[in-house]
Amino acid sequence: MKQLLTGNEAAAEAAILAGCRYYYGYPITPQNELINYISVRMPQVGGTFIQAESEIAAINMVYGSAAAGGRTMTSSSSPGISLKQEGISYLAGSELPCVIINIQRGGPGLGDISASQADYFQAVKGGGHGDYHTIVLAPCSVQEMADLVYDAFDLADEYRIPVLILGDAQIGQLMEPVEFHKKTKKVLPNKDWALTGAEGRKKRVIKSFYPIKGQLEEFNAHLQKKYKKIEEHEVRYETVNIQKADIVLVAYGTSARICKEVVKRSQQLKFRVGLIRPITLWPFPKKIIRKISERVRCILTIEMSAGQMVEDVRLAVEGRCPVHFYGRTGGGVPTSLEVIRKIVEIVPDDQAASKLLQLAEVKEYASNI
Amino acid sequence: MQAIYEMPKTLIDTATHFCPGCGHGIVLRLIAEIIDAWDIRGKTIGLAPVGCSVLAYNYLDIDMCEAAHGRPPAVATGIKRVHPDHLVFAYQGDGDLAAIGIAEIIHAANRGENITFIFVNNAIYGMTNGQMAPTSLIKQKTVTTPTGRNPANHGYPIRVCELLAVLEGSSYIERVCLSSPENIRKTKKALEKGFKTQIEKRGFSLIEILSPCPIYWRMDANESMKYIDEEMSSTFPLGVVKDWEHKN
Repeated sequence: MKQLLTGNEAAAEAAILAGCRYYYGYPITPQNELINYISVRMPQVGGTFIQAESEIAAINMVYGSAAAGGRTMTSSSSPGISLKQEGISYLAGSELPCVIINIQRGGPGLGDISASQADYFQAVKGGGHGDYHTIVLAPCSVQEMADLVYDAFDLADEYRIPVLILGDAQIGQLMEPVEFHKKTKKVLPNKDWALTGAEGRKKRVIKSFYPIKGQLEEFNAHLQKKYKKIEEHEVRYETVNIQKADIVLVAYGTSARICKEVVKRSQQLKFRVGLIRPITLWPFPKKIIRKISERVRCILTIEMSAGQMVEDVRLAVEGRCPVHFYGRTGGGVPTSLEVIRKIVEIVPDDQAASKLLQLAEVKEYASNI
Repeated sequence: MQAIYEMPKTLIDTATHFCPGCGHGIVLRLIAEIIDAWDIRGKTIGLAPVGCSVLAYNYLDIDMCEAAHGRPPAVATGIKRVHPDHLVFAYQGDGDLAAIGIAEIIHAANRGENITFIFVNNAIYGMTNGQMAPTSLIKQKTVTTPTGRNPANHGYPIRVCELLAVLEGSSYIERVCLSSPENIRKTKKALEKGFKTQIEKRGFSLIEILSPCPIYWRMDANESMKYIDEEMSSTFPLGVVKDWEHKN
C-alpha cells in the first residue's frame, strides 16, 4: 500500500521496519519531520527514543547503542552534522555500525534552511579527523529514501561501518507516494564483538585508542583494506540515456531530478543529453564515469554547491574529456533552463543544442504567462 | 592454609601506566572487588573516558567501552538502553566530567539514567602534564595557572555533587576520598551503594572520589594524602549529598 509521506517521515518509517530500535536526535530544520515521526513510532515498537541535549550527545548515544549491539540511528541537518563529526570519527575508529541521516541545508555557518548539497566534501572525504570513510548514500526521491535507509542498516552491519544518508531539504520535506518493501535480509555477520557482559567468555573492548607504536598503523591498514572491499562491491549509480549521449550530466539527489528533465527534453533532438546519477557518493562510481568520458564530447556536473562532487568527477575522468560545472549555492536550486543554458555555453556552435534551449525558453515563457 | 587477602579476579594482573602514588589503581581495585564479591562480571559493562583512566579497560577483566572526551554519560546511556538489566558504570576524571562533559553529566542526571558514575577528582589534568582542572582549588598552582588559580581569571572549583543533587532526576550522590584506609573503606561502601542504587533501578548515582595526583601536585605521597584531608576536603566536603533511602 502506498502512503503519502515526506522524505523525512519515510526515512523514519524505513528505519523502524529495518529493525532500528534506538534513535537519538536533536531538533533542527529541515529534518524535524523525522524526529517528530520517530518519537511517536519508537514507543509503539518498544524501541528507545531520546531527544538528546545536543547533537554531540546524540551521536555518542548512538555510539553506545551500536557498541552494545543495537541497530541505531541519528539524524540532523548540516550544522548539526558538523557537531557530530567527532563522534562519527570515533564510530569509524571503533568500527561500529550505525546510520546517520543528513538533510542538508545551506551553509556555511548557520546558513539557511533551504536545500543544499554543500556538505558533499564533509560526507565523502571523512568529515572528522583521521583516515576514514563512511558509506554515503544519496536518495533522489521519497521512495528511494525509504529503500536506502533500509539498505543502510544492512550495509552498516555487514561492514561494521557508519552509513550516512545524504539528502537535502527538498528530499526531506517533499511529499511523495512511498511503499515500504521489506526486503529479505542478507545473511549478516554475527556481532561477536558487541558488549553484552562477559558471561562465560573473554572480555570485549570497544575502542579506537592505539597508544603502542605500530598498532595504529596496522589498524589503519585493516580499515583501508575494508574500504577497498567496499569500493569493489558496493558502488551504486543510475544511468539515463548515456549510450548515445553527446554530453553526460553527473548529478545526485535533487540536482539529478532536475537533470532528468533536461535529459527528457533532449530525447527528440539530435543533440542527446545523458545522466549518470551516483547513488553511492562514497564509494564513488568512478569506473562508469571514466568509461563514458572516453566517448562523450564533455561531462557537465550539476550541484547545489560551489563545486564539490565535480572534483571527484575530474579525478575519475583524468583529463579524458572536458569536465564542466554548473552550481547554485546558499539554498539556490538550478532549474532545467539554467542547465540547458550552461550546455549551450559549453557547445555554442552546436545547432541542435541551441534548439534545445529555444524550446526550453518557449516552455519557460509559456509557463510564466 | 586460608588466603586472607588476594588479587581480585576481575583485576588483571599486569603493570599499570599509573604514576607512583596515583589513586586510580585503588579505585579500580575496589570496583573489581565488588564485581567479584557480587559475582556480576558477566552482567557488567564499564566505560573508560579520555584522560589518565582511558586504559582502565586494560586492567579490568570485563566488557568495556571507550568514550570520546566528556561523552561517557551519553555513551553509557546508549549502552544502558540496549542492556537495561546490566550494571553499567562510567569511570570519569574531573576534566572529562566537569569541563568538556558537563552538559552530558547534567542531562544524564536529569533524565535519571539508571547508571553509576564514578567521578575521580584529583583537581588536575594529569594525562596532559598537569593543567588546571575545573575542580582545581583556588590558589592551586598548575602548569596553566603558574601563579595559582585566580577566580577572577579562571573561575571557581566546580562542586559537581552539589550541582547534580539539585536535579530531580538524581538519586544517590556521595563524595568520598582515598586519604586513609578508613576513607578507602568508605569509598568501597559508597561504590556498593551506587551499584545497589542501579541494580534496584533507583536511578542516577554518582560517587565523587577525591584522589591524589602526587606527580602534578608536586608533592610526595604522604603530603598528597594530607592535602586531600586539609585542603581538598574543605572545598569539596565529604559525605552523602543525596540519598533515595533518606529523602530530606
